[in-house]
Amino acid sequence: MNKVFTDALSALHDLQDGTTLMLGGFGLCGIPEHCISALVQKGVRNLTCISNNAGVDDFGLGLLLQNHQIRKMIASYVGENAEFERQLLSGELEVELIPQGTLATRCLAAGYGMPAIYTPAGYGTEVAEGKETRVFGDKTYLLETAFEADYALVKAWKGDRLGNLVFRATSRNFNPLMAMAGKITIAEVEELVEPGALDPDHIHVPGIYVHRIFVGTNYEKRIEQRTVRSRA
Amino acid sequence: MLDKNGIARTIARELRDGYYVNLGIGIPTLVANFIPEGMEVQLQSENGLLGMGPFPWEGEEDPDLINAGKQTITTLPGSVFFDSAMSFGMIRAGKVDLTVLGAMEVSQNGDIANWKIPGKMVKGMGGAMDLVASARHIVVAMQHVNKAGESKLLPACTLPLTGLACVQKVVTELGVFGFDPQGFVLLERAPGVGVEHIKAHTLGFLTAHGSEPEITWP
Repeated sequence: MNKVFTDALSALHDLQDGTTLMLGGFGLCGIPEHCISALVQKGVRNLTCISNNAGVDDFGLGLLLQNHQIRKMIASYVGENAEFERQLLSGELEVELIPQGTLATRCLAAGYGMPAIYTPAGYGTEVAEGKETRVFGDKTYLLETAFEADYALVKAWKGDRLGNLVFRATSRNFNPLMAMAGKITIAEVEELVEPGALDPDHIHVPGIYVHRIFVGTNYEKRIEQRTVRSRA
Repeated sequence: MLDKNGIARTIARELRDGYYVNLGIGIPTLVANFIPEGMEVQLQSENGLLGMGPFPWEGEEDPDLINAGKQTITTLPGSVFFDSAMSFGMIRAGKVDLTVLGAMEVSQNGDIANWKIPGKMVKGMGGAMDLVASARHIVVAMQHVNKAGESKLLPACTLPLTGLACVQKVVTELGVFGFDPQGFVLLERAPGVGVEHIKAHTLGFLTAHGSEPEITWP
């Protein structure tokens, strides 16, 4: 078994135009920086991207937007990105905005082998348009289907060559869910360790879900809102 | 009239010991500054953290540790991280006791709109639709009127909805409002604000007798 690749470009070698991708991260926290750079370098187009956010103008998915590589974006929150808003309002970019919990749970369903879930989020709003509903108890729920993604691109803190992954702090967010949901899951990690180095009790995603893994170097980890307490 | 901190301080009176609370971006975030001394309240950040601490000291920012507003934050003893599905699992399962969020419009039956202005502004709903569909107690913190001076408390929302009949309380710079089957009910007036002023700035049906007390804080 060899899941280890040397870098993002080699790990993404067979990724084609028109692919549906999941990308982990919340804002710029825990995004697969190196996979995104490789997508820019490869110049693949007509991508459908499933990601909670769309990056900022010059980092994260914003880099793919600038190059017009994304045809459709499925996200929950896309503020903080002027180019995104421009492409959306001008109709260049197809956008499906869905509730954040629905986004997470549609990933979860895929990773758990369930075709759909019921959630009350969005009932009575335009999110519910055209969707099947069902009443349980005194509440109405929407039927939401599991995502199908050709690739999931995720960022973990540590991983081993069997693909077992561990995440750090709030950079976990959507990463484990997407890792479990992709038909081909590619994980970039800050540190690649030997099997046995990770405590089996502390592994967040079992390697069975992860097909390819590589070490990313020199992470930028840009901070979107730097808020601090002054020592003065 | 209340300033932003006054609105947050007023909402902080809703907190109870042992509450799990989700605070939205903007004025709701300020509520954390008014948690009474000795009261244990756990803040949930929907990007995957329970037990949110204050902003880090200068130089100690950790890019892997942010809140749902993408601000750098810290943990506290007993904090826990989880993925986004578990985060919304605990929200959907009704484990979050209180949700405070901002709004563009609230209707007299408790509908809320806060994610989109068609043709003008599209930021997305983020976690708001999940929160308002499931939280047990939902309080809106907002300005009473929009930039054009028009009431944001309406007979019916004009913007795309975030949730139906879910808001239990609204706190604005003018006062605290609840709901009854007819519409908004004035519960308390902001210091120095008269009932006529509140009525004049409220387009939705409002029950107000004039005997409503001024807001006081413990």
